[in-house]
Amino acid sequence: MGPDKNLLERWRTTELLLLGGSAGSFKLLFQMVKLLPADLGKTVIIIIHRKRNFFSEIAKLFAENSRMSLREIEDKDVLKKNTIYIAPANYHTLIEKGGYFSLDVSEAVWYSKPSIDVTFESAADAYQNRCMAILLSGANQDGAEGMLKLRKIGAVTIAQHPEDAEMDEMPTAAINNGGARYILRTDEIFKLLHTQ
Amino acid sequence: MSDTSVVITSTQITELIDLVRRVHGFDFSGYTKASLKRRVVRIMQLKKMEFYDLKHTLVNDQHFFQYFLEEITVNVTEMFRDPSFYKALNLQVMPYLSTYQHAKIWCAGCSTGEEVYSLAILLREAGLSNKSFIYGTDINTEVLREARKGIYSLRSIKSYAENYQFTGLKGSISDNFTILYDAASVHNELKQNTLFSVHNLVSDDVFNEFQLISCRNVFIYFETELQERILELFYKSLCPLGYLCLGSKETIRSDAFKRKFKVINHKENIYQKIGT
Repeated sequence: MGPDKNLLERWRTTELLLLGGSAGSFKLLFQMVKLLPADLGKTVIIIIHRKRNFFSEIAKLFAENSRMSLREIEDKDVLKKNTIYIAPANYHTLIEKGGYFSLDVSEAVWYSKPSIDVTFESAADAYQNRCMAILLSGANQDGAEGMLKLRKIGAVTIAQHPEDAEMDEMPTAAINNGGARYILRTDEIFKLLHTQ
Repeated sequence: MSDTSVVITSTQITELIDLVRRVHGFDFSGYTKASLKRRVVRIMQLKKMEFYDLKHTLVNDQHFFQYFLEEITVNVTEMFRDPSFYKALNLQVMPYLSTYQHAKIWCAGCSTGEEVYSLAILLREAGLSNKSFIYGTDINTEVLREARKGIYSLRSIKSYAENYQFTGLKGSISDNFTILYDAASVHNELKQNTLFSVHNLVSDDVFNEFQLISCRNVFIYFETELQERILELFYKSLCPLGYLCLGSKETIRSDAFKRKFKVINHKENIYQKIGT
């Protein structure tokens, strides 16, 4: 499946782009951040698993290489267009209906905090089908449930092709539970993000 | 890991908030909805309940309400969480606390007490044990019972040891515990100057005057309006030039309160009360 016409149309109209990744996704996310134009016209949220107490290093590195404005999420930040938000370590990031974030320190999901499932599920509630989620490489099953929930309410869900993923467990889980509407090769994902 | 078959609507959340307020006198309406919903779904999954069962049990079973309260409020905590915060507190606040004849400290939303004992250790290291007192409060009697006991699993103490290392404090965290098999009990000496009691930030008022208030990772569960109401409560509970500590991702956003507090440490969200 390549980026078909329907997918391109949905990309153009989507308001919120969710990117989830774990082991093996760092480089990809870094390249995406570099690639996205300053005037993308969408809000981007990145949830990447990382070690506890590995505080803002990722956000700092990403910010230095991003053309879009980029920040690590603080509690009650309002979601703005043309901004990339990075989920902080040791918190879950929830999206509220009014278009703002709230953080949560409750139990880890799949040993992960931030959990991709948690953010995707709250995005499904808050943004319904106005969002698009891409799930990348990872060595556990976080994100699959969230993808399924998003797909059920009509949001576009994309899993990185397991053959292209450094660790294929995460995208594979989303494909197996029916959470992935599209399965795209890495270059197809980049092509999609490049489309104006 | 979650069960996607449990679905609950915003209307049902509102219905539940109303029910809990009417039957148990707890007002969750200022809580953030996404996390509230997550907690409710979690309870329904754990107890294998439908929404109707949940409402029915909440009305008819007082014990269940205690459980509900415990699960709804997030009680995930640890000792020396965000070690850099304790480091900053030690360097930037302890010297000032030592100038008071008596330092009263309020740890609001203290859950099972880990933060209270972390503060107690910090005070002891600063030589302030004998002139300071820490009040730990929470809305939940069950977690307060745990806090009073001050007994934690050896496994968690091991994970807190790493935090402790990063605080720059001397010695080791285990110096503060008596270890028995797989449990670690906080030394009585640390407990002496602590008091745990019920206080509901949403509905209860000022109960003392403090030199330092720590309320970390509590505001995240509240809507902005409720946060501001509680900021007012903290403001009134602080002595002139007293300190307020929020969690690392929680900042004072309201312009009115920005004028009433001076930022002492931007990264760790340590504030000082100024003006009147």
